[in-house]
Amino acid sequence: MTTLGEISDVLAWGAATAYVIAMVAFAIDLSRARTEEHFTKKNKAAGIAIATTTLGVALHLGSVITRALGPGRAPWGNMYEFALTGTLVASIVLLIVLRLRKARYLGVFVTGIVVLLLVLALRVWHVEADQLQPALQNYWLVLHVGVAVLATGIFTVAFVLAVLQLMRDYRDAGSPRLVKWQWLGALPNPVRLEALCFRLNAVGFVLWTFTLIGGAIWAEEAWGRYWGWDAKEVWSFIVWVVYAAYLHARSTRGWAGRPAAWFVVVGYACVLFNFTGVNLFLSEKHGYG
Amino acid sequence: MADDQQTPREPDTGRRDNFDDSAVPTQRPVVANIGFIGWLRWGWRQLTSMRVALMLLMALALASVPGSILPQRNQDPNGVLQFYRDNPQLAEWFQRLGLFEVFAAPWFTAIYALLMISLIGCIIPRVSVHVRSLRRPPPRIPRRFTRFPVHETREVAASADEVISAAHKHLRGGIIPRFRVVTESADDGPKGLSAERGYLRETGNIAFHLGLVGLLIAIATGQMFHYRAQIIIVEETGFANSVVDFHSFDRGALFDEETLTPFTVTLDRFESEFTGDAQARDFRAYVTVEEPDGSAWEDVIRVNHPLNVDGTKVYLMGNGYAPQITVHDSDGNVAFAGTVPFLPQDGMYTSRGVIKVPDVTSGLQIGLQGYFLPTAFVSDIGAESLHPDPINPFIIFTVYAGDLGLDDGIPQNVYQLDTDRLEQLDDAETGLPSTLLLAPGDTADLPDELGTVTFEGFKRFIAVDLRYDPALTWILVFSVVASLGLMISLFTPRRRVWVKVTPRADGGTDLDVAGLARGDDLHLTTEIDRLLVAITGEPDAEPPHDAIEETADDNAR
Repeated sequence: MTTLGEISDVLAWGAATAYVIAMVAFAIDLSRARTEEHFTKKNKAAGIAIATTTLGVALHLGSVITRALGPGRAPWGNMYEFALTGTLVASIVLLIVLRLRKARYLGVFVTGIVVLLLVLALRVWHVEADQLQPALQNYWLVLHVGVAVLATGIFTVAFVLAVLQLMRDYRDAGSPRLVKWQWLGALPNPVRLEALCFRLNAVGFVLWTFTLIGGAIWAEEAWGRYWGWDAKEVWSFIVWVVYAAYLHARSTRGWAGRPAAWFVVVGYACVLFNFTGVNLFLSEKHGYG
Repeated sequence: MADDQQTPREPDTGRRDNFDDSAVPTQRPVVANIGFIGWLRWGWRQLTSMRVALMLLMALALASVPGSILPQRNQDPNGVLQFYRDNPQLAEWFQRLGLFEVFAAPWFTAIYALLMISLIGCIIPRVSVHVRSLRRPPPRIPRRFTRFPVHETREVAASADEVISAAHKHLRGGIIPRFRVVTESADDGPKGLSAERGYLRETGNIAFHLGLVGLLIAIATGQMFHYRAQIIIVEETGFANSVVDFHSFDRGALFDEETLTPFTVTLDRFESEFTGDAQARDFRAYVTVEEPDGSAWEDVIRVNHPLNVDGTKVYLMGNGYAPQITVHDSDGNVAFAGTVPFLPQDGMYTSRGVIKVPDVTSGLQIGLQGYFLPTAFVSDIGAESLHPDPINPFIIFTVYAGDLGLDDGIPQNVYQLDTDRLEQLDDAETGLPSTLLLAPGDTADLPDELGTVTFEGFKRFIAVDLRYDPALTWILVFSVVASLGLMISLFTPRRRVWVKVTPRADGGTDLDVAGLARGDDLHLTTEIDRLLVAITGEPDAEPPHDAIEETADDNAR
């Protein structure tokens, strides 16, 4: 069992390395971008970037699979595994968006976040691959936490889009600091970035709704109450409300566009806090570190 | 002429007979006094506006934050007490603001109550608007297609009728029609088609929001009618489902105790599994349930697998060890014999318990404060348990004598000794407080010749929660309705498609097709391309361009 776990760790480090190379290549590609046309044309850096991202995802996938095969359970039973799988989802979403929308500008940021979280997981949150405590031996683990992992990965890419949208928007409005970053001018205009951001957030929001409902059903079975306002439940609720506010803001005059993008930033911050802060600082019962 | 009149002015007919009437001063515009009802109406419109809903959502999120950071009374009452001890001043203020019971606080309730009112006030009118829009046909074919984000022109050999019918068939789709299609005719034949889809989106939106309302009502109803009880059961004993047997009981305001079905549950056996390094792997409580009609059946309660008896669910919440102790008093009579649950204090099941011996035939009452260590490791500095399994079980007692305080008639905590009128006894030889170390089967003499204590053996006990909530099914139903509504409202595309046909002299047709999407629609072009393929029978020659780019670029200009 440990051997498969060790293989999983090695593959994870390999994936992180590949992502770092991809990140550098994406950065080089982005720094040369002056117009949007740049992203439709291939160049060496972009080629390397996409190739190493694909390699990274393959290694990452191998890492997740071996992590699951060892103890024979879904690989999202603790913080380490949540981060491992969540970053995989974000990377796969990146690949999909790269393919369908030619969004190479996303590359450096998404791989950057992925590398950061992956290395953090490997160095700080890592635990041996083992069986779970009785409370977690349940198919709801696969459903509830799995859907949460999916949603988090999607929210990650949407967050990058929102930040890029804001930066591009502020630059268009004449911000003196951002004018110097010429690559911002090569991004799609803020309205299109917002459209893609919304599509991803819509999927993430639906998945998060399932996370809440699945969590309530599981809590009812395990703890005898479907909602107890423990720290994790509160912050999952806060995440849901903030993204609901984002969806409302998009349809409210004066709140669409830039303000709505700030909601995404706040929402993702809550997602990150829900994953880290709650486990580490706030909770006992729900804190499966 | 006064500007602050109480009554509205007479309507101005617009006729000015005296243009040179300079005696008429220029008027400031007078705002009609809308009155109290008017203000109410204004307030209602504000409350049900998107902006206020947005602010209420933000307030709801912010208001929840202290509920996670500060200890909450219902979850962590010790934490609240600790907070009082650490920050007494701050704690007073937090208490006044209700910050130790955030989710039951009136201001929190106010926020989501206002949110619900805003939601209902906004959605109900939308229902009638939506029903009306469902009845309206798609709009007439516009004259010019050039301004639409997607428009194509083709020349086809087929006749106008054939084109119309092919387009109609494609747009209607299969069993569930995709588009609502209206054929427009001119005097000399068909003019074209007008099609619209996306009505489901608003239906889903309404369903989602009303589902939330239903969810909240269901939750409130459940709170009114639920009950919850806690019991500790030792192996080979049980309980009956009635309030007297419960160790703690909590109920909704409208719950009627008469409705409790008097079934009994007996714990036959409890098993636990731990790894070598004391990680819990499994807990199994084997029980027998007896219903009032005499039928009995066996089941296993595990974590995540509650027992279900007539709608009441029994959850396994905790477990521990219950040592069997016999105490003989100084006269040699049995003063106490029983199995007493000792509560685990840590992950190694170091368990703490108390034996109260009030029924001595003569002399002082005895109190024993004990620690049960399943895998005891005794050293000079003390004793501790190294593993939850009973590999090397020991009990350590300290002895008290005096008045246990049970005769006062005031209820006591079963798991604590009230040492007000008790004196801890010392060992006669060493002068230090007497500690008795017992393995299963051992008997030890109590100091001061008070008698003996025997550690007969030990059993396991379980702590269970009983819960009954009639609203659970409804909560699930409304959650599912809301989720489905959400998905439909977010992912249903709203599109309009128009087809204009102009018959040509040679029997063919000039075909104009246009598409318009409400909001961002990345598949509009694909929709039009597929329509063209259905009409012409040829795959589209031009590469598809990104419709969203054109809309967005137009907007950006």
